[in-house]
Amino acid sequence: MERTMADSGSEDIAVIGNTDLTPSESQNNVRNTMFEKGTNLLKRMEISVAEAEKRTGKNAVNMQETYTVYLIETRPVDAVQEATSPVPDSLWRRYSEFELLRNYLLVTYPYVVVPPLPEKRAEFVWHKLSADNMDPDFVERRRVGLENFLLRVASHPALSNDKIFRSFLTEEKVWKETVFETGFQAKADSRIKALNATFRVKNPDKRFAEMKHYGDELQSVISQLLRVRARAADRLYGVYKVHGNYGRVFSEWSAIEKEMGDGLQSAGHHMDAYAASIDDILEEEEHYADQLKEYLFYADALRAVCRKHELTQYELETAAQDLCSKKQQQEELATGTVRTFSLKGMTSKLFGQETPEQREAKLKMLEAQIEEGEELVKERNVESGEFVKGAWADIERFKEQKDHDLREALINYAIMQISMCKKGIQVWNNAKECFSKM
Amino acid sequence: MKLLGAMMQIKRPRFYSDSNNSVPSEKSPPVSIPADISGEMLDLDEDDDLEVFSKGTSLTDGNSLNPSTQTSPASMINQYKFQEEEEDADAKDLFVTVDNPESHVTAIETYITYRVVTKTTRSEFDSSEFEVRRRYQDFLWLRGRLEEAHPTLIIHPLPEKFVMKGMVERFNEDFIENRRRALHRFLNRIAEHPIFSSGDDFKIFLTAAPGELISHKKQGAGFLSRMGETVRAVAASVRGVRNRPDEFTEMLEYSEAFSQKISALHKVTQRISKEQREYLEELKECGPTLALWSSCEEALAEPLRCMADSLDRCCQETEEQLKHINDELIPDLHEYVLCTDTLKAVLRRRDNIQADLEAKAEALASKKTERESIRDELEKLEDRQEWANNALRSDWTRWKKIMRTDLQSAFIDTADNNVKYYEKCLAIWESFLHSQRAEAEGNKNVDYS
Repeated sequence: MERTMADSGSEDIAVIGNTDLTPSESQNNVRNTMFEKGTNLLKRMEISVAEAEKRTGKNAVNMQETYTVYLIETRPVDAVQEATSPVPDSLWRRYSEFELLRNYLLVTYPYVVVPPLPEKRAEFVWHKLSADNMDPDFVERRRVGLENFLLRVASHPALSNDKIFRSFLTEEKVWKETVFETGFQAKADSRIKALNATFRVKNPDKRFAEMKHYGDELQSVISQLLRVRARAADRLYGVYKVHGNYGRVFSEWSAIEKEMGDGLQSAGHHMDAYAASIDDILEEEEHYADQLKEYLFYADALRAVCRKHELTQYELETAAQDLCSKKQQQEELATGTVRTFSLKGMTSKLFGQETPEQREAKLKMLEAQIEEGEELVKERNVESGEFVKGAWADIERFKEQKDHDLREALINYAIMQISMCKKGIQVWNNAKECFSKM
Repeated sequence: MKLLGAMMQIKRPRFYSDSNNSVPSEKSPPVSIPADISGEMLDLDEDDDLEVFSKGTSLTDGNSLNPSTQTSPASMINQYKFQEEEEDADAKDLFVTVDNPESHVTAIETYITYRVVTKTTRSEFDSSEFEVRRRYQDFLWLRGRLEEAHPTLIIHPLPEKFVMKGMVERFNEDFIENRRRALHRFLNRIAEHPIFSSGDDFKIFLTAAPGELISHKKQGAGFLSRMGETVRAVAASVRGVRNRPDEFTEMLEYSEAFSQKISALHKVTQRISKEQREYLEELKECGPTLALWSSCEEALAEPLRCMADSLDRCCQETEEQLKHINDELIPDLHEYVLCTDTLKAVLRRRDNIQADLEAKAEALASKKTERESIRDELEKLEDRQEWANNALRSDWTRWKKIMRTDLQSAFIDTADNNVKYYEKCLAIWESFLHSQRAEAEGNKNVDYS
């Protein structure tokens, strides 16, 4: 099974909790890790988002604000392997800078399914989890998400070589200027306008249409799953926590009993432990939710690529159509026949034809336009062809990555459930023992 | 107990009526409201004060002067042998079951009867097997009779008339099954009790044909004598007791405290049931969502389907676990909530007997005339007091033992049930993992041991 680019670098692929790996599995992991490292930036560089810190400062409208910055650490791989472990290069970035980077990548590599950032605001929360961006748990999960983003970009064959990406990792101060200098924002604006406009494509590539539909479905089904999960988590929290009341009442009851007292008291402690255990359990489940969320956002990126294909296709078709009509005009002018009904044709019939000089001028103009048009069509054809090729390759890569990652997410979920069941068995067996001593 | 026996040899109290301590058992047994655990709990009815005096017509058709009450020599001797019989588990010579609920429709009403099967080797029974049908009213009658006859003995509670406020359907399956289970428990407790099980009322309940039972029920003390007892009872409860012995005060305090704790446990368990039910409802949606997703996928289709399947199976297990809580733990706890009312009533009646005695003693001290007759009455009351106290004392010990066993086994069963639940879910997830790994290796025969 081919592993994807994303899980490499400092991440141990075999992060599947406390279940034992068979020897063949761990060998497989090692092999895949090395394979991945061989194809991209991560061969040479170790990247991590190590820490998060609160800062205050003045914002654009000169108001005081509090925000979080994240420490990006990079270190040449060789150094690590030699175990000399020098201090890594590091710089601080805030979430908005990551957004800027991603927008740049979106515009510059329209055919790539660009890895998503972790969510801006906490969504699909169950009640205990704070939706506050300043909440330490949220910040921690965001840190992990940002690291994941960088690793995914760094393991992408095209994206990892981008200069702006490289300098994002290494140049703290001047990076923003450099990004703006690329002028990507102008392109971004026009792209956004174009993409938001409704247009009809005559011959869309079927595969992209299917992919877009798949993106829609994926987004819908993952949203639903996340919603259900959040509600279930909320309820499960209630179940466990109410058991804490057993602890309290058993303890009070044990005070009025002679023989039953000890058994009740110790059983009560186990009930307390049971009630407390749900916090860790749900914290772990949050990681599973995060994995799903990543692909929820990936679905968006996928749809964006398909949409861009439509746009390029549309532009090609428009150019071809223009050329076609120009050529037709040329023919009509040259042969004097009016094939299509046009007001000009009518007026010229009524009011007489143009002078030969006028016709000549017109023909010359048309010729030039047709030449231009043909160039444009050629260009657009090439563009479209390249886009289709590049995009489809990246979509294939994405599909494999998604299949692998989501499969692993399901496995992780199962492992989590197993751990939870084991804890439950232990607690209730302990309680049973205490009850026996009642 | 030996003292009691000795006392019985010295004095055989004349037969007296205990109807002033009767309890109208027609009303639904009250439930006390515990310290609030959660505001979302079921609203339980306000504590209907268990009035000691009977309200005349509300008294169930019961003959409180039936000679088969505990004052008969035979039953006293039985009580004396109380302790010894208890230890001998093999002495169980009467087995009773309650099952087979059936609905009966008449012009006036619809009601349910239950089949009561008795198997016994006791000599006082004409045969060794009996089968009758009884309705809830009949159980109420039996308990009422026992209460009248043994005011300071602790009788196991009956299931309530209506369990939940706002529950419209009296005859839904769950309600009937819960009631049947509780009635079965009730009869078995009576059968295990050396005094209750030896009475005529119990025997008739188990064996009589419907006509017989009805006519037996109709026998009872005259109205006037009941009135007299009622007046005395009112006077007694108003007076209150002056010098309650410490041991009974302790019992009262224990009853209060125990009542709070058991009610709290009941409420907590109900809350757990509610949360678990709501969790289950959410969980039930996961499987279908994953199945839907699986239909959009290619390579992922199989693992997603597998997971959907696993989640569905977990839902089934959760359903079963919840069933145990609802069908066993909650009713078990509820029975003991009801028990606490019995405890308090019994203690109250004992107090009233003492109040009676104290009043009589006062009368003796203050009156100049009729001193002889007052002294006689005083002696009677003293005997009654002694008897009642001893009865209560021994039954209290008995009850505590049974309570401990009952609740212990209820909790052990629940713990067991929960362990089984987690074990089954564990197996489901392990099998999912196994199937996925087999897929990964592309070889379903890989040994993972």
